[in-house]
Amino acid sequence: MTDKWPILSTLTFLPLFGALLILQIKGNSKKARYDIRNIAFLTTFFVFILSLIILADFNVELAGFQMEDKIDWFGNGISYHMGIDGISVLFVVLCAFLMPFCILASWETIKEQLKEYMIAFLILETMIIGVFCALNAFLFYVFFEGSLIPIFIIIGVWGGKGRVYASLKFFLYTLLGSLLMLIAIMAMYWQARTLDIPALLNHTFPPHMQTWLFLAFLASFAVKIPMWPVHTWLPDAHVEAPTAGSVILAGVLLKLGGYGLLRFSLPMFPLASAEFTPLIFVFSSVAILYASFVAFVQTDIKKLIAYSSIAHMGYVTMGIFSANMQGVEGAVFQMLSHGIISGALFLCVGVIYDRMHTREIVAFGGLVNNMPKYASVFLVCTIANIGLPGTSGFLGEFLTLIGVFRVKSWVAVIATTGVILSATYALYLCRRVIFGALDKEKLQDILDLSLREKFILYPMVVLIVFFGIYPSPILDVVRCTVEALVRNYHEIVLI
Amino acid sequence: MQTDLATQLTLVFPELLVAFGAVVLLLTGTFSRTNSYAAIAWLAVTILVIATVLLIVFPQSGVVFGNALIIDSFSRFMKILTLISAFIVLVMSVGFSRSEKFDKFEFPVLILLATLGMMLMISVGNMLSLYLALELQSLALYVLAAIDRTNLRSAEAGVKYFVLGAFSSGVLLYGISLLYGYTGHIDFAGISKAFSIQELQLGMIFGIIFIFVGLAFKISAVPFHMWTPDVYEGAPTPVTAFFASASKVASIALIVRVIMSVFNSEISAKIAILQTPAVWQQIIIFLALSSMLLGAFAGIGQYNIKRLMAYSSITHMGYILVGLAEGTSIGVQSVIIYVIIYVAMTLGCFAFILAMNNREGYVENIYDLSGLAKSNPFMATIMTLHLFSLASIPPLAGFFGKWYTFSAAVGGNFVPLAVVGMLASVISAFYYLRMIKIMWFDELRGNFLTTPIELQLILALSGIFVLFYIFFGIWITSWAEIAARSLI
Repeated sequence: MTDKWPILSTLTFLPLFGALLILQIKGNSKKARYDIRNIAFLTTFFVFILSLIILADFNVELAGFQMEDKIDWFGNGISYHMGIDGISVLFVVLCAFLMPFCILASWETIKEQLKEYMIAFLILETMIIGVFCALNAFLFYVFFEGSLIPIFIIIGVWGGKGRVYASLKFFLYTLLGSLLMLIAIMAMYWQARTLDIPALLNHTFPPHMQTWLFLAFLASFAVKIPMWPVHTWLPDAHVEAPTAGSVILAGVLLKLGGYGLLRFSLPMFPLASAEFTPLIFVFSSVAILYASFVAFVQTDIKKLIAYSSIAHMGYVTMGIFSANMQGVEGAVFQMLSHGIISGALFLCVGVIYDRMHTREIVAFGGLVNNMPKYASVFLVCTIANIGLPGTSGFLGEFLTLIGVFRVKSWVAVIATTGVILSATYALYLCRRVIFGALDKEKLQDILDLSLREKFILYPMVVLIVFFGIYPSPILDVVRCTVEALVRNYHEIVLI
Repeated sequence: MQTDLATQLTLVFPELLVAFGAVVLLLTGTFSRTNSYAAIAWLAVTILVIATVLLIVFPQSGVVFGNALIIDSFSRFMKILTLISAFIVLVMSVGFSRSEKFDKFEFPVLILLATLGMMLMISVGNMLSLYLALELQSLALYVLAAIDRTNLRSAEAGVKYFVLGAFSSGVLLYGISLLYGYTGHIDFAGISKAFSIQELQLGMIFGIIFIFVGLAFKISAVPFHMWTPDVYEGAPTPVTAFFASASKVASIALIVRVIMSVFNSEISAKIAILQTPAVWQQIIIFLALSSMLLGAFAGIGQYNIKRLMAYSSITHMGYILVGLAEGTSIGVQSVIIYVIIYVAMTLGCFAFILAMNNREGYVENIYDLSGLAKSNPFMATIMTLHLFSLASIPPLAGFFGKWYTFSAAVGGNFVPLAVVGMLASVISAFYYLRMIKIMWFDELRGNFLTTPIELQLILALSGIFVLFYIFFGIWITSWAEIAARSLI
């Protein structure tokens, strides 16, 4: 790949191109549905390949932005500026990795309006990759907020019973946070007279302004992450979304918040970040404990996983604001591994939901007898979710805990209890769903994983274990960027 | 700088053309024996198109009839916008007026007369021509609201609009006379000069307030919005589209011109030292805040799509005023951009409402749209784009409008105003989303009749505008900048 070819823009808008192709297909015949699925899958697959090429091309020794495309756009600070650094490149790959699986997971389950469904997913992919690549605050906002439209439609049209409530709640929550961020972006323009992120990173905002800007950005990112106490949209949205929607929501959309904190809050408003660190720590600890307790009493499998997501994102925010190597690296690692683990877990739930059309825990039990392959996949994912050594979940949590321990040891102590709690609820779930006797009548002839499901779940399990044993491919990519970020932070904030 | 009469007449040639056309068409309609609605409507469309082309091809600037009218690039720009929206409204109305049996030739003639009033409003240079232009527009609009005179709702709308409108014109006239009494001037430049020299007296403050009351009524800013939902609902739908688009453009242009050429001198003189907002700014801020909040909250309870659009337009007027509060050329530029986007979205929405036509006739309840995405995906998609755009979700056009106005407010240190505006837009997003929900998430309830080709065309055009603004918006931004500069 040459330097001149705008590879990031190609990557970003390739799904949109696929969506246009699908738009051309008329009718609802078997042939049309076949074409639609194939085009969607091939597009996402090509995007994944392209993202791997970008990753291979990425120079891990550099801390700055690479592969930049820049065109002047609206003037007044608004330009079309794309580029990636060590943090964002991995999220791009994560998104590109999960998307083909989402398409596969909806292969047979989506019966109505398949065309619109696939178009929505492809547009969503463009928006998400765009967020991670955008190097202009305006462009970032356009992608960040634009991603709401397709996911709103996905939850609302193809979701479960309470989809209307869930989709509206999700949309309005996120919109409120984002609009505050929009005002902050405007204020940043009038202060710095630019919206280019590299230029903003070099700009020093006056302290009192940092406080307000930080709070406005936090309002947006905290909703997205979601941080306690603005997390209540997540369980609803997760439960009602179709399987693929949950995967992309937990796998990538939640990471937009954490990514935003790393891209804007920490490096641009270091003084305010330092000032609010105790608050973030308190929120994170509460999130970890509270969400774990709530997860324990859930009767719906998806809701349980949703609450466990909230708990795990607590480690991420904690790690980011510990503002040292281990903490931030751990947070990035935790986000990526949680993207894969929670995606895999939601896909697992999707497997049994497709068979039984219920997600109630009490409806299951003893699945191991009829579905040994499924049971082992589910067990590995659960163990990774708990964070047992040997899985990628362990490393993320461990690194963030070290990072936090160096800054505020009591926070680490509280957060570590969260690991025990997560073991309690996750293993309890496993016992009730997988193990025990297969005495429910409806479950007697339940079938094990089909070829398509194996194809979806096995690669994820392999990755979970692989990164648990050998994490350096990820850590090597982020190291330089995180080092620079932490160093710049500590030049301004002295501890 | 007085020029000879011939030059002055060429400057106002588009206005003369429209005036002359209106008179000729009126006479033709009166003396023709058959129903000449279709012919007159298309002639009126032709006249509007010619006037638009004239304005586009021959840019002029100058002062006409002793400061009565000012022709500059701002007026040119806003006139083009008004003419285009009047033209689109006429095209939209053809099918509707035929099936609803009000295919009277007066309709296009009145549209022409109202458009003439609007063109003059955009150009006014003194208080007398302001009042005359405003009344020409309003009188035509009163009749238009009641044009479907056998329909009880239309007649009620006309009467309501007339009574309240006449009252607000009276208040406006009183304000003008107070300012004249205290400053001794009738033209904008003279009053402006007086503001920068004289101490602000109580009578002048009353004058300013009264003038703003009259103008706020025209753009239906809260608390002078009471007529809007009733008139929007009662008037025939094409007329409502005309109220919501062309009339709003002209009234906003009038408010911008009055503020920029009359009241803005108050800022530079004294306010800069005291760091408090000028009197007009306080009024605008109040109008903006109340319009945004009331429009957002009151829209939640509306199930009639035309009433909903009324509250939506009240909210959008609030956003426009947010951009105006600063009173700089950046603010004016943002207002112009917002008005263009608002007009495109509004016309698209009304084309959609005109297409809501099933076997029992035209329907207006939003639940009649249930499941539209399954029966008519084209219309549902276009309308969804419009609704997301009205809720200002990027990358659609509405977002850019809000970006510019709110950014102007933030730049002028009106951050709380912007924050309240954002809260209001979250609240109003609810009712836009509810319509999307009805179209996409609900079960199919019944089919609409086939949409006429002209409505499909308008829908497609405004859909393209909303969706692809992100690509061509830069041109609109630069045009708006030129227009805004000419006011300073």
